[in-house]
Amino acid sequence: MDEIYKEYNGSIPEKLIGDVKKEVSKVKVTKVQLKEILDRVKKEYEAALISPGEAIGIITAESFGEPATQMTLNVKHFAGVAEMQVTSGLPRLIEIFDASKSIKTPSMEVYLKPEYNKDPAKVRKIASQIKESTLGDISTEFTIDITTMNVKVVIDKTKLKDLGITEDTLVKILKESIKGGVQVRLNKNEIVLKGKESDLHELYVLKEKAKAAFIKGVKEISYVLPVKRDNEFIILTSGSNLKEVMAVKEVDTRRTVTNDIHEIYSVFGVEAARQSIIDESTKVIQNQGLDINIRHIMFIADVMTSNGVIMGITRSGITGGKESVLARASFETPIKHIIGAALRGEEDYLNSVVENVILNQPVPLGTGLPKLIINSMNKKEKEKEK
Amino acid sequence: MTDVFLDEKYLGKIEDKKEFIERLKKERREKLFLSTLNFYYNAEFDELYLNVCDGRARRPLIVVENGKSRLTAEHINRLLNDEIAWGDLIKEGSIEYLDAGEEENSLTALTESDLTSEHTHLELGAITILGLTTSLVPYANYDAAARLNGGSKNQKHALGLYLANYLLRMDTDVSMLHYPQMPMVKSFMADVSKYSKHPSGFNVVIAEMCYEGYNMEDAIVFNKSSVERGLARSTYFRPYTIEELRYSGGLMDEIGIPNKEVKGYRTEKDYRYLENDGIVYTGQKLKAEDVIIGKTSPPRFLGEMEEFSFSVSIRRESSAVVKHGEAGTVDMVVLTENEEGNKLVQARLRDQRIPEVGDKFTSRHGQKGVIGLAAPSVDLPFSGSGISPDIIHSPHSIPNRMTVSHLIEILAGKVGGLSGRFVDGTTFDAEPEKNLRQELLDLGFRDDGTEIMYNGVTGERYKVRIYIGNMYYLKLKHMVANKLHARASGRIQLLTRQPIEGRSKGGGLRLGEMEKDCLVAHGASLLLKERFDSDKTVIHVCENCGLLAVNDSFRSRQYCTRCGDNVEINAVELSYAFKLLLDELKSMCINPKLMLGDKY
Repeated sequence: MDEIYKEYNGSIPEKLIGDVKKEVSKVKVTKVQLKEILDRVKKEYEAALISPGEAIGIITAESFGEPATQMTLNVKHFAGVAEMQVTSGLPRLIEIFDASKSIKTPSMEVYLKPEYNKDPAKVRKIASQIKESTLGDISTEFTIDITTMNVKVVIDKTKLKDLGITEDTLVKILKESIKGGVQVRLNKNEIVLKGKESDLHELYVLKEKAKAAFIKGVKEISYVLPVKRDNEFIILTSGSNLKEVMAVKEVDTRRTVTNDIHEIYSVFGVEAARQSIIDESTKVIQNQGLDINIRHIMFIADVMTSNGVIMGITRSGITGGKESVLARASFETPIKHIIGAALRGEEDYLNSVVENVILNQPVPLGTGLPKLIINSMNKKEKEKEK
Repeated sequence: MTDVFLDEKYLGKIEDKKEFIERLKKERREKLFLSTLNFYYNAEFDELYLNVCDGRARRPLIVVENGKSRLTAEHINRLLNDEIAWGDLIKEGSIEYLDAGEEENSLTALTESDLTSEHTHLELGAITILGLTTSLVPYANYDAAARLNGGSKNQKHALGLYLANYLLRMDTDVSMLHYPQMPMVKSFMADVSKYSKHPSGFNVVIAEMCYEGYNMEDAIVFNKSSVERGLARSTYFRPYTIEELRYSGGLMDEIGIPNKEVKGYRTEKDYRYLENDGIVYTGQKLKAEDVIIGKTSPPRFLGEMEEFSFSVSIRRESSAVVKHGEAGTVDMVVLTENEEGNKLVQARLRDQRIPEVGDKFTSRHGQKGVIGLAAPSVDLPFSGSGISPDIIHSPHSIPNRMTVSHLIEILAGKVGGLSGRFVDGTTFDAEPEKNLRQELLDLGFRDDGTEIMYNGVTGERYKVRIYIGNMYYLKLKHMVANKLHARASGRIQLLTRQPIEGRSKGGGLRLGEMEKDCLVAHGASLLLKERFDSDKTVIHVCENCGLLAVNDSFRSRQYCTRCGDNVEINAVELSYAFKLLLDELKSMCINPKLMLGDKY
């Protein structure tokens, strides 16, 4: 049996052979039948292959472009339901394909390990641990006392309790996180901050500084929302910090994701980033009720990540990396490219589509792809050559 | 203390603004000379603006006092008996005009039943919320707002009797409908605006059904026999103007039949319809490119050299010619002078437009469409009584647009046509559908407006009953005859050698960026090349330096101006636009070299 499989190695991808193996093992099959099966699989596989010279790039572009024209308008909103405000539709799609470094609404879907994800109270507690808390979040009042030249902060005790911190530890934390020789001391319900300098402006700066002072949680995570999904509770966040969230012991690191592709790239590498591009764009498209074949999305993701780094489809990314001067010039900032080409003495081999359209030559695609090879030597000359 | 302004000028202060305003109101309602006064109290700044100036848009409203309208049933009766008129109502103070400012301080009820003691005014009628054209739409309160917008916009494009003195005028691009009719289902506004004096449509028998797919996607099927009987015919007018201009140096244009020596002389045949004064005679039928008014102009630029040369005396041809793709009969010729005292000749062409496939029509409900087929009436469905429709409109145009008024008008039109009367379809105030149905039943028809009909081609009875009735239709000014355009070869631009743009000049149709992408996506590489061949040229390239070489086809010799003729020079075929790009790069001190390779 294995010999037969080996025979098809190379003509059918390994994964398909594996699939066939799995299915065949469930039933009894003779060698002749197996061969028949594999032959048919091979036929189907070959029929599904794209023929050489197919303009997959443009077909992908058109497959995205056509439905994208309908996207702007029909935005669905779920009124009344607590939802995270996430960029969607065309702006998000542009964000993904441009591979922009700072996305508008970074957010995470934090999955928890099975033992923690059933009890909503527990989940809420974990969520509040993940959330970045500042002094401003847990206090009710900030006052500047001009007579003593210090800042007084009234602490909300219930919020403090939720975080599981005592007032003494809070003082300790504050001493660490507010830098610049600031004195922190506890006075009944208040925390009194006293800066080095004693002019009013400095005091005001100190107050703002104190408001943003980090107390507990994961940085960047500004908002958390526990949500029930299927049979478990997950935590949606606004703001993203994959590395540190995964360090929290209750978090299921295998399923937790962020929508920041660059962050995924830096944490998991380029393959994960590719998958993330696919997932994120699929999400947008499905959200809009559109249907674009996954292969187009995969193709774009492949192109964007094939260099080992994420490259956006911009003039500084993929398009700007094109070999042909004319192709680059016809996309954006033509003068810059032409002058640059002149300075460097670039050559254009007219290998792709745009250049040939400009020159009115057949484009090297479809019917324009095949070339004629003629052996210009006749028989006698050939023999001489030998 | 409240500041008072009259026409934006400071007047003074008042103490009791409430009493002052009440008095103003009272005085205005009692004395006619104050009736143009409007006032607006701005509570935020405690300022009172009185306005009597020109240019304020004002509208009439019924005055309400203590929750009761001052216009009573008695007034109406006296109005109907011609005992009083509109002006008396204003004089009496039961109707007053408000401007935009005073409306801010008033509360207006839409109907009398809405009145409370808070209200200060009452609308004259619910229909006043609509504009002129929108209130012409019958049963508009059964319509979606978007369709109403479209419907009233379409009415502005309708052909009709736009002016009574059209025969004396030289309007550009206008049409006259031949037999405009009053709509059978009319609205209150039709009476007010004297629509019967200048109607812009015609009543047709319309059936809501599909016809062999010729009325899908908003197309309509026309009854060819109705068209031959004169349905929806119109005349299109187009004036041609020529001025005899004076130039510096005592030179001037000359209207007349041009000499054969004239530069740009057409053929003798083109001038054959001109009389001795160089102008066509009325009643002559002209085709495209025929000369209407002959004219010659002095040469354009007088260079130093040319002053002595022979060619100076040669004048230019500058006649008025019937536009590309147009034709018609000379309707009127006018000889006059313009403001500068130059001789001015105008000739108006008239062209009868019979409805044809592609002409645009609409009902008054935003259901516009173009003719998809003009079928002879023998092929059209007919009812038991032998009626076949003038227009077949597709029922698929109805559900998602929700133009219920379109359907009601058909029913109302049927009642009107059968009983020989006008039906009042005024929005909010129309004859109710229920009554119309009853009347239709009494007339011996089904009350839902459907009829059993027969296939005109096979004679078979349709399995379903067809909704058929009468309706007011409009012919819109967009006619294919003015839009049809195709070109094989023709004029090109001097700079790029690509076809010129625009229908009037016989230009090309652009195959754009996205259309190009479609051909690429299909892999139709050679077809794509052929489509972009409009500016292809053969250029000779010096293989040594990569620049353009000179091709002396006289001596059949090629040489490079830099490398001489001892180098290999080859011809390549490419787009002229690219050659132009190379030239422009060179002009910017960038030296693009062409390196030739084998084609295959």
